[in-house]
Parts: sequence; structure tokens; C-alpha cells
Amino acid sequence: MILPFFIIIPLLTAFIITLIAGERDNWAAILSILAVISLVALSIFCFATLNGRTIVYEMSHWKAPIGIILAVDALSAFMLIIVAVIALTSLMFSVHYIRHLSPSWKYYALFMLLVTGMNGVIATGDLFNMFVFVEITLFAAYSLVAYGSKAEEFEASFKYAIMGSISSTLVLVGIGITYAATSTLTLAKIAEVLQQKDPMVTLWIGGIFLAGFGLKAAIMPFHAWLPDAHSSAPAPISAMLSGVLIKALGVYVLIRLFFNVFGGITIFNEVFIILGTISIMVGGFLAMGQWDFKRLLAYSSISQIGYIILGLGLGTWLGIVGAVFHLLNHAIFKSLLFYNAGSLETAFGTRDLRKMGNVAKTLPITSFTSMIASLSISGVPPFNGFFSKLIIIIAAIQAGRPVYAILAAVGSLITLAYYMKVQRFGFHSQNVVPVEKDVISFGMNSAMIILAILCLATSILIIPGIREVTLDPIVAVIMNKTGYISQIFGR
Amino acid sequence: MTVYLLCFTLFLIGLYGIITKRDLVRIIISSGIMGYAVNLMIVLFGYKNGSIYPIFVKNMPISPQAMVDPLPQALVLTSIVIELGTTAMLVALAVRLFEKYQTFDITKIRRLSG
Amino acid sequence: MKQQAGMTLIVKTVTRISVWLIMLYGIYIILHGHLSPGGGFAGGVIIALAFLNVMLAFGRDFIKNWLNIEMLHDIDSSSAMMFLAVGILGMAFGGSFLANFISHGTLFNLVSSGTIQVLNIVIGLKVGMGLFIVVWALALFHLDRKEMK
Repeated sequence: MILPFFIIIPLLTAFIITLIAGERDNWAAILSILAVISLVALSIFCFATLNGRTIVYEMSHWKAPIGIILAVDALSAFMLIIVAVIALTSLMFSVHYIRHLSPSWKYYALFMLLVTGMNGVIATGDLFNMFVFVEITLFAAYSLVAYGSKAEEFEASFKYAIMGSISSTLVLVGIGITYAATSTLTLAKIAEVLQQKDPMVTLWIGGIFLAGFGLKAAIMPFHAWLPDAHSSAPAPISAMLSGVLIKALGVYVLIRLFFNVFGGITIFNEVFIILGTISIMVGGFLAMGQWDFKRLLAYSSISQIGYIILGLGLGTWLGIVGAVFHLLNHAIFKSLLFYNAGSLETAFGTRDLRKMGNVAKTLPITSFTSMIASLSISGVPPFNGFFSKLIIIIAAIQAGRPVYAILAAVGSLITLAYYMKVQRFGFHSQNVVPVEKDVISFGMNSAMIILAILCLATSILIIPGIREVTLDPIVAVIMNKTGYISQIFGR
Repeated sequence: MTVYLLCFTLFLIGLYGIITKRDLVRIIISSGIMGYAVNLMIVLFGYKNGSIYPIFVKNMPISPQAMVDPLPQALVLTSIVIELGTTAMLVALAVRLFEKYQTFDITKIRRLSG
Repeated sequence: MKQQAGMTLIVKTVTRISVWLIMLYGIYIILHGHLSPGGGFAGGVIIALAFLNVMLAFGRDFIKNWLNIEMLHDIDSSSAMMFLAVGILGMAFGGSFLANFISHGTLFNLVSSGTIQVLNIVIGLKVGMGLFIVVWALALFHLDRKEMK
């Protein structure tokens, strides 16, 4: 009923913006904000009325294993809400931020295409349809990274594009081998057929998909594009890329393929645990030596994605609760940190931490929200980051792997160290650097305040009464592994 | 079996080109070669021995059992469109990079590091 | 030395005749997409190549006078919206997004198989205009190594 509207609304907005574009961008901005507000309302409605079942929508009136289906269960509805909320704050931030770049209707059209692609990846139930939407999202991402037309942005975008195209080719090889082995493309049917085949086939396909989609999720051996791309992009685009894109394209697809389709094989869980821990450590150490604020935040993203992958790899109920909760938290506080970096760049004209100063007086909202975000990401008690990291560490101890729990705790201490470095040098240093008044507009400030309030508000999701309504259905879908098949074909 | 090994060789040639070449345009052409190899492999997965093309012609008997699998051909059509878009974007980026750095040599385009 | 726009006289004369045949061939492939191989994308690429042929033979300035690039942009965006409109009409009349709600006709006729032919035409227009605009945007850069210092 309402499932195709998650794809129709942003796509229609993108094409209307290109049609009515003129010299001023007012209509483009108003249309995009209206479209994303309707997406927020639609996705919250979808999550609230789901009640533990899976909604299946058949495109073009063809039945499930023959045609393409859209399948939304609790995990998909949750990711749709995250994408819509972060997109709304990003649009609010970017109305003023991109005034000085090239004609803005192109920015809004590409942004809507990005949102279309991510919604498509999350809502679909067909393997090749997922690949097509991943490619749509990546086109918009390559163009948006290079949007500011500076030399470093083109270099970063070219690096991202070449690495993305190698990994997309690998994913296509995986899709070809899957089709040759199972002769179907619907995810549920692939799960059903793979249970009767030789386990070596599943291992081959899983390895290829891990390499292909692992690059999009920036897991450790495949992370080399992320620092350049996320630090050179304009600030609201960095927030979208780091906050939702590596999760919707990387982590969500890995969860669907490795838990619901392949059935949670032990060797892949081991690989996830090892790669996750390496990401935590190496991302943390590389972030310590950075003086460029956005590059530090990009390495910190690699580190936090390592926590999510570690939680998924543990495979127990507690581990997956921690991973899903950390996914939500990281989207919120990493976007807030990138908005702070953007407002600092607008005010001072530089991203170097040693050249900033005296922020607490001249940009009060920026410095207050950045303190909240830094405390959240380091894991200090009343904020949400503490709960999610604590759950992942306890899950590692409970699963009988104390070494990884100690390494995760050390990673959290390293995170605290470099965020205190950011606070000391960027926000509370003694230089007095003059800043003009009112350089941060109302839209930018309100986007930061909304996310700071959400930082505190989402820690109530862990209270047992509320957790049963919000987080438990999601974990049930993931732990249900190949019970996904009966959810789709049982209707 | 030898057909698939030849496809894999073509894939490796494309990958070798992306990794070792220094000129931007040659990297783009090598990524195209990798795409051709994968498309060829997917079309070859649909072949059955002794079948004909999957098109219904007006005065010939219609027998779907004697036809090649048409689904991989539809997948390859979509994949070719996607690779066309990616190549167009890479070429546009290469043109803009030449404007900024005055060279196509990738060892000299290295302002971001660390 | 001032470069002459376009190519030699022989190329220009042959192009004046052959470009219309190329465009006719592209339209044939789009319209017969449900009966023989080809369809929207392949026919659209051939139409874009017809325009590209004119640009190569006659030069950039000739295209600026002959074609209105703004109109190509508008045809591009409105074809995409027509695709979505066909999809939404399918939701209203056929029950699902992009359902085939026009009558299927008899087998092997030119006008048959419902929305497949309409979507082929829409995609052919969009790909043709879009691909030519991409090549036109790339051709606007003047890359001359000796002049850049």
C-alpha cells in the first residue's frame, strides 16, 4: 500500500526540481524539505503499525519468486526512520551552508536521489534490485563529494569512484554465481534453496559479498577511501555519508545477507569479530594523530563501525541489541559532530584544530552541542553512547571472549582521548580569533539542537518497558535468521 | 569450463590495469574491461546446449524449453547501463582533475595524505 | 593556426543524408522493443549517437544554433516524470506499482503488450537526450595542453 511511496516521493521530487529549476533555489529547498518531512511521518507510521509482521508488496502484480517484491520488517522500518531524520537535519543545515557554491538546485536534486537510493536498498526484497539501488546511491554520493569544486574534492571523489566500481564489479560476480547456483533472485527463495545445496557454495558467495559490501561499509582492510571522501565533502554531505550511507549500504546489506539469507554461519561470525576489533583499534590509533578536524571524525567513523560489526559477529541476543542500538546512536552523534565541524569551517575558514580558538564565547550553541556529542561518543553515563558500548562489552564477556571485550574497552578509552584533544584545542584554547557576528544561521543552529536533544532522548530506549516496543522486534528479525523465508512466503 | 577461465583471465587483466597503470584514462579503460568480463560471464551462465535465441517469431512454433535463459540477459542489460553511467562520471572527474592539477599522472595527484 | 570547425567537406555532405537514417533506425528499435531485441535503452543510445555525429561533423557552434539544449533538459526531466506517472496509474488501475493496465492486444502486432511499449518510448527519449547532454557537457571544456601554463 504505502511501500512504493518511500521510493516514489524522493524520486518525483528530484525530477520536479530539475524541471522547475531557475536561478534561485528557494523552490528547490522548500520542495525537498516538504518531501523529507513526509518521509519522516510515513516511516514513523510504518514502524508504529508493524506489530511484528513483515509487509510484502509485489511490484507489477507478479507473485513472489517470479517478480520483484518490496519487503519491510522491523529492521527495515527502523533504518527508514534513521535515514529520514538524518536527511531532514542535513537539509536544514545545508540551506545556508551551500549558498556560496554552484547553483543549488543541482545539490537538492542529487540529495533527493541519494535518499531515493537508500530507501530503495532498505525496502527491497530482491538481490539485483538491491544492487541497482546501491549504484544509484553511489552515483549521487560521488557527485556530492565533489560538489565544492576544489582540487582535493575531485581527487577524493575519483579515489572513491574507482574503489566503489571495483567493489560493485565484485558484487556483480557474486550475484552471477548466486544466480547460477540457485536460479532465482528473490532473497527469501535464495535462502530456501541454499539450505539444500553444498555448504562450499555458501562460503564462496559469502566471501565475495563480504569483500564487495565490506568496502561500502568501510571495514578495516577496505577502508582506504573513507578519510579522503568524508573529509573533503561539504559538511552536511559528510554527515549523510558517515551517518547513514555506510550503514544503509554496508551494515544493513551485510545483516540481510549474512543473517537472513546465509543463516548465520559460524565462520563468518568469527571473521566479523576479528575485522571489527581490528577496525576499532586501527581507527582509534590513526585518529589520534590527526590535526584536521574532519579527517579525525572520518577515522573515528571507521572505529565506531568496528563496534557495530563486533556486536553483530558475537551473534548472541545481547550482542545484536548492542549493535543495533549503537547503529542508531552513531548516526545521531556523528552527524552532530560533522555539523559542528561545518559551522567551525564557516566561521573560521579552516579545519585545522590548532588555528581555532575562543569558540565558547563566539559560537555558544556549537560548543555546547559539541561537548554533548563528544561525551556521547566517548561513552560517558547519561548519554546514549555509554549504554550501547556497555552492552557490546558485556555481550563479548558473556559469549566467552574476554580478550575482545578488553580491546573494545581500550578502544573506548582511546576515543575519549582524542575527543578530549578536540575539545582542548578546538574549543577551549586560549587564542582569540575574531569571528563575525551571526555567521551561523538559524537553520544550522536548529539542526544541531535537534540532534543534541536526540542524543539524550534515545538513551531511554534501553529501559525495559520501552525496549520491548522499539528494539526487541528488530533483534527478533535478525535472530530469526532463515525464519525470514516463512515471513515472506507464508502470506 | 575453459570459457569461464577465459572470463576470469579477462577480469584479472582489467584488475591488473587498475592497480598498476599511472595514467588516469588507462585506469578508466581498465575498469571498463573488468565490467565487460563480468557481463560476459553472466550471459554465459544462461546457456543450454543446443538451444536457440529466446525470441518468439511469428510463424515458428513456440517452445520455451528449447530456448536459452533470458533472465541473465536482462541483468546484463541493466549492468551495462550502470557501467555506462559510472564511466561517464569517471571521465568527467578526470577532465576536472586535469583542469586543477595540469596532469593525468596519478602519482602527481596526491594532495590528500595521512 | 586557426582550426576549422568540424571535419572535411566529404564528411559533412554524407552526414547531411545519413544522420536522418540513423535517427530513423533508432526510432525503429525503440518502437519494436517488445517484438525484437533492443528496446528503450539501445534505441536511445542510437538517437544520442545521431546527434553526436552532427556535433563531430559540424562543430560545437553549429549545435548551439541548431539544437536548444534547454529543451533537451526539459524533455529529459519530463520523460522521467512520465515514467513515474505510468507507474502511479498502474497503482490506481492495476493494483500494484507499474502494473500492466493497458490491454495486451494480439500477439506480434506493433501496438501490443500494454505499458511495455509506452515505457520503451519514455526510456528511449530520456536516454537519448541524457546521453547527448552528458557528451555535450564534456565537450564544453577546452583541454589544450600547449595553451595552459
